[in-house]
Amino acid sequence: MQSLEGYRLLDFGTALAGPQVGQLLADLGMEVIKIETRVKPDGLRLGRPIVGDDIAGGDDGKWLDMQPMFHVTNRNKLSFTINLKQPGAMDVFKRLVKISDVVLDNSSPGVMARLGLDQAELQKIKSDIISITLTGCGEFGPMRDTLVYAPLIIALGGLESLLGYYGDKIPMNLAPGYGDTNASMHGAFAVLAALWHREQTGEGQHVSLAESYAVTNLLGEAIMDYKMNGRVQGLQGNRHPTLCPHGNYPCQGDDKWVSIAVDTEEEWKNLCTGLGAPEWIADKRFADKNARRQHWEELDKLIAAKTAQHGAYDITDILQKVNVAATPVMNCEDQFSDPHFREREVNVEIQHPIIGTEYVYNNPMRLADMPPTIRRPAPSIGENNDYVLKDLLGYSQQEVAAMVERKIIF
Amino acid sequence: MAKRPFEGLKVIEYGEIISAPYCGRLLAGLGAEVIKVENPGSGDKARANGPFPGDVPHPEKSGLYLSLNANKMGVTLNLEKKKGKDVFKKLIETADVLVENNIRGYMDGLGLGYETLKAINPRLVMVSITPFGQTGPYKDYKAYHINSCGAGGMSIGIGDPAREPLTMPLSQGGYEAGLSAATAVLAALLARAKTGKGQFIDISEVEVWATTHAGQYVLTFLYRGVTGIRRGTHGPQVYPCEIFPCKDGYISLIAPQIEQWVRFVEVLGNPEWSKEPRYRNRRAMAEEYPDEVNALIIPWMMARTKEEILKACQDNRVPCVPIYDIKEVMNNRQIKAMNFFVELDHPEAGKLQYPKGPCLFEKTDWQWNKSAPLLGENNAQVFGERLGYSPNEIAAMKKSGVI
Repeated sequence: MQSLEGYRLLDFGTALAGPQVGQLLADLGMEVIKIETRVKPDGLRLGRPIVGDDIAGGDDGKWLDMQPMFHVTNRNKLSFTINLKQPGAMDVFKRLVKISDVVLDNSSPGVMARLGLDQAELQKIKSDIISITLTGCGEFGPMRDTLVYAPLIIALGGLESLLGYYGDKIPMNLAPGYGDTNASMHGAFAVLAALWHREQTGEGQHVSLAESYAVTNLLGEAIMDYKMNGRVQGLQGNRHPTLCPHGNYPCQGDDKWVSIAVDTEEEWKNLCTGLGAPEWIADKRFADKNARRQHWEELDKLIAAKTAQHGAYDITDILQKVNVAATPVMNCEDQFSDPHFREREVNVEIQHPIIGTEYVYNNPMRLADMPPTIRRPAPSIGENNDYVLKDLLGYSQQEVAAMVERKIIF
Repeated sequence: MAKRPFEGLKVIEYGEIISAPYCGRLLAGLGAEVIKVENPGSGDKARANGPFPGDVPHPEKSGLYLSLNANKMGVTLNLEKKKGKDVFKKLIETADVLVENNIRGYMDGLGLGYETLKAINPRLVMVSITPFGQTGPYKDYKAYHINSCGAGGMSIGIGDPAREPLTMPLSQGGYEAGLSAATAVLAALLARAKTGKGQFIDISEVEVWATTHAGQYVLTFLYRGVTGIRRGTHGPQVYPCEIFPCKDGYISLIAPQIEQWVRFVEVLGNPEWSKEPRYRNRRAMAEEYPDEVNALIIPWMMARTKEEILKACQDNRVPCVPIYDIKEVMNNRQIKAMNFFVELDHPEAGKLQYPKGPCLFEKTDWQWNKSAPLLGENNAQVFGERLGYSPNEIAAMKKSGVI
């Protein structure tokens, strides 16, 4: 048994933030049905797949089902294609809502209402339904219609103003889509909180998640500093308010680095001996944490000169043996082959009917008795129409054929 | 008072700094009773971290501690002493959840590991947050947030390719690990409602980064051999994903859809250069000469303020927004319309504003009734009223350094 078995979520998510909510929950056993239509597929299904010409060549009619980026955030899900704008479609869809627990979307404010699927309408169909909408800036207010993507979410939320080299002025871009992924993780939490409440009281409700402010929610230190001291924190670099040294230092090889952080005096002494520089221990410039912080740049240069003589994994090993916090700054290639990541199956090998062997990242919520599982690859578009229409909703083959004919199912 | 979803849920938090406290905060803000167990004397290490009012360190005025521990009850307990362990076990008897982020094996070493606690309370859900998890070759590696962020594959994607990679600011990894822990706890509690049994949960901060947040990059490596994803102020693949200076700060622009780029060029006034083939190949513009293209756009940006650019772009459905600093975020018209901040009074630190929560619940929204506990503030209430120790026993525990 899995922890969320027995719950059903209807997933209108597109791109990253919405679908990842469904994915996180599906990994834990929830039945997640992706609601799609060929009229307007999820953008991640579109374009030339990055799988290579040997696989992607030939029939581009299959491209919708060959997108690795789509596959990671939609594994474990079922796909049901229904064009809700087609006459008669809503009657079918309402029957599905009636046997579901959660409706998820990350469309712009007002879209679900225009479909007739906002909380007020959904509740008429199923009184204890839960719905969650992820938007950039919220569903009401003067900036609710702001058009955003992940980098803009962290710009509006305040995080971007902290992201850059200490002493510089211009912030740095953040390659991973943290504005989206932070929202999806909070979204999964919110869905389960609402389900817990429903289990206690029988009451459903709507949850509204503003992605920009889900980011602001994690900036307590900077918010407090502003309120307490009127100080507006700027680019943080790799500096830490109390730990020093604290940085990413160069190693042998192309773009190879080791991260090192020191809190206690014991760790400092161990770092000095570990790096083969015991003379630093008696150096007055580095006598204690405050002194080290005052001479931060000098110290960083000295450490960099030492780490540059080692490989990132070697120096990590040397420093960990003397109880100093150090790790390689890993790229995706390092992670893919790393023995620790392999043993814990951080990336999972699965079989996809068209692509063959593919890899999807695992789910970090490791419940010991009911661990997350990757049970099936992402669905091809409309793969589970029969299951939804016949098994769940009890339509006959003839009725289904009629719906296909009328492009309700499309 | 509005309904609170976790009313009646009893959580014990034996953790410090960020990850376990953020897990506790998410549960406490929705009505769970969270008893925070701190070591007598100095308490949660966050109490020693700033920011402090006037930069004067004070264990009851740490901004980090205050922002993470509102609504919680605070007790002190020395778990290295036998009596302390006995008291802790009594707390566990009636608890639903234990969240901790001590180094791996510490709880086992105290004789308070999951197997022991499960025997006392089979319904207990226990979550342990560590850098690398409970198993695997690096399970005992020491790591702070910068280390987890580096191993998790985030840092390599931040910064100038010619300079050192940057870690996520303000220990974001601690928050993300705590969030994963809280979500996993809810899954385990929903399962417990059916099975009657609790379970152990293993959260690795490195893995939280390497999967949910940075896991997609494994695909670009596998299919394209791309490992270096750090591009300074630029973005990959399609121009623009750029950070620009403007008259009064910086703005962030992205236009993944061709129509968005066309509309942006219209906003610029369809300059001559935009018609040249060199500036129509958006892939080459992103991968080969983004600085050259930026130089053509920067004069337009520098002549305008953040808010002017926001309006000009958003009115034309171009995804472009200001990079707001903390002051601008806190005074922003949208965040104010959402009532995002709540004010709480604290006996030592005074009135401060706190983020309400990461989302809005229509019927059971976040409620903040009490600021963070003073060290040992609820000892008498929890040990006396709750566990039934007499005033004499409590006094003796205090004297012997148990509380």
